[in-house]
Amino acid sequence: MGQQLLGARVLVEGVGAVWKYFLRRILILIPVLFGISAVLFTILVMAPGDPFEELATNPNVPPEVRMNLRAKFGLDDPLPVRYARWVAAMVRGDWGFSFVSRVNVDTLILQRLPTTLIVLGSAQLLAILIAVPIGTYSALRPYSIFDQIATTLAFIGFSLPTFFTGLLFILLLSIHLDWLPFIYRSDISATGWRWYWEHVRQAIMPVAVLGLAQAASMTRFMRASVLDVIRLDYVNTARAKGLSEGITLVKHVVRNALIPVVTLVAIQIPTIFGGAIVTEQIFRVPGIGSLLISSILANDTPVVMAVTFIFSILVLVSSLAADMLYAWLDPRISYR
Amino acid sequence: MARVASEAVAGKLAIAAGQPRTSLWQETGRRFRRHRLAMVGAVILLALVVAVLLGPLVWRVPINDIDFKAKLKGPSWSHPLGTDDLGQDLLARMLYGGRISLAVGIAAMLIAISIGTAIGAISGFAGGAVDHSLMRITDMFLALPGLPLLLLIVYLFRDSLRKTFGPELGIFILIVAVIGGLRWMQVARLVRAQFLSLREKEFVESARSLGARPFRQVVRHILPNSMGPVIVAGTIDVAAAIIAESTLSFLGLGFPPDIPTWGRILFDAKDNLDFAPHWAMFPGTAIFLTVLSINYIGDGLRDAFDPRKVLGK
Repeated sequence: MGQQLLGARVLVEGVGAVWKYFLRRILILIPVLFGISAVLFTILVMAPGDPFEELATNPNVPPEVRMNLRAKFGLDDPLPVRYARWVAAMVRGDWGFSFVSRVNVDTLILQRLPTTLIVLGSAQLLAILIAVPIGTYSALRPYSIFDQIATTLAFIGFSLPTFFTGLLFILLLSIHLDWLPFIYRSDISATGWRWYWEHVRQAIMPVAVLGLAQAASMTRFMRASVLDVIRLDYVNTARAKGLSEGITLVKHVVRNALIPVVTLVAIQIPTIFGGAIVTEQIFRVPGIGSLLISSILANDTPVVMAVTFIFSILVLVSSLAADMLYAWLDPRISYR
Repeated sequence: MARVASEAVAGKLAIAAGQPRTSLWQETGRRFRRHRLAMVGAVILLALVVAVLLGPLVWRVPINDIDFKAKLKGPSWSHPLGTDDLGQDLLARMLYGGRISLAVGIAAMLIAISIGTAIGAISGFAGGAVDHSLMRITDMFLALPGLPLLLLIVYLFRDSLRKTFGPELGIFILIVAVIGGLRWMQVARLVRAQFLSLREKEFVESARSLGARPFRQVVRHILPNSMGPVIVAGTIDVAAAIIAESTLSFLGLGFPPDIPTWGRILFDAKDNLDFAPHWAMFPGTAIFLTVLSINYIGDGLRDAFDPRKVLGK
């Protein structure tokens, strides 16, 4: 009974520590977010071009009108004031109006965001499902045939740029074999199961391209990490106290080996989002990545700024998620 | 330290055995040559560099020679890599584009390691508040979304730079500066870590006690000994910069159409995959081979610079 109580207390304290850790991570992120917004704002201010430039060349608009417009939109205010106003607008979700689509930017982005997140999330899941078992098995039999093939494939995989893999997939699976559609459609007319099936089918290639690229580097990290962990004393202890090989592997080796892997993957998060832009563009997935490219090509500045801002926030949120995963894998971290 | 010690031991052994002493760099080169795949990578990369440098002197077909009769043809004797939709010779275009892709990679790498080494060195040598604030800035840059930011900057600045420096040079400067400016963080962290450990080492301490000024301590003693990881990171950065430039061009936002970098050729080719696959395969393979061989070279250098490997052998 007493032991149970003690266990419960440790658990409560543990949960408390995790929450404190979570709060601390968020507090660390706030200055980073301000730093990133300052970088974005600086780029915007330094950029040449005036939103009212066209009015300057228009002889029908007197200069006073232009000056009044500038004053009304606050373009002549001191920089700190403009920065504060810009950050406030960004935080409120007041991102302006798309010149091209004729809707509010936040509506546009909210329409596109779920697709990006689903594709990226499935790709990450695919990468984990490939990398963890293959990396672990490679490390258990280092320099075996399996390990050599897996290591070489991983090296090739992470040297292949996503845009080339995407084209190779289209060439092989869509054009030669005609198995999969190479254009992502959001207006599929089928109903019921058929509708789901068509959605899955068209997502296979983008998810595979992103997932395999991610899996390649993750496999290398996993292999190196398992090699480090496997010869540690607590693994021998686990075996010596009679745990089965499977339980030793899953609970002691893999779990501990994942800790450095999470750190390394967290550093790569910005790259992962970069890959998402490329794959969305190749397969015409209607996500925020292809929205970014199309609005750049259409000179739609409010959308470009907002999407870049959203990408920054997504990077920060994912690194927060990585931190939480880290705390779950290694509870000692939340006590520091 | 282990490296210095084992060097000394190896040197003494070599002297004892009557062999000539090898320097640290010779030793590193020897270890690099033992890495088979890195050597294969070095040979392939060398072949590619020689091809893009000397190729246009041998293969004198102009890159913009339009010939509609020969458009979208596969490889043949008159066009070894086939032609594109305007009948332009792909071999000539690839050789020309390869120069730009490699130049972008190397220039961006040089910018990245210069900024990274400077920030890492200041941070690691100064310590204290300077170190803390520089590392916060580094962390912030690491959290920046690279590709979206690259696209944003290119979008906002390309027109004015094009006006100032001309279409080719303007976009080159922009791309190189931005890619380099967004990739220095890893080098800064590596250099800082090296500085933190090296500045407490005995040989630096003895230089200090002999009255060497901080600048001399850094330039003469600490910096040369912290170059190993920087060279490895710089190698990988060349590959990353080539991929970044190709990605930009592939998205249609890099070099203009009349400058056929490998990524740009791929961008033009991607809508003709079904009837002219060769058009995409050649530039794609070129990017892939370059990146793969650079990565293998980086892997070999990492092993060659790793002092633990010396003790193992």
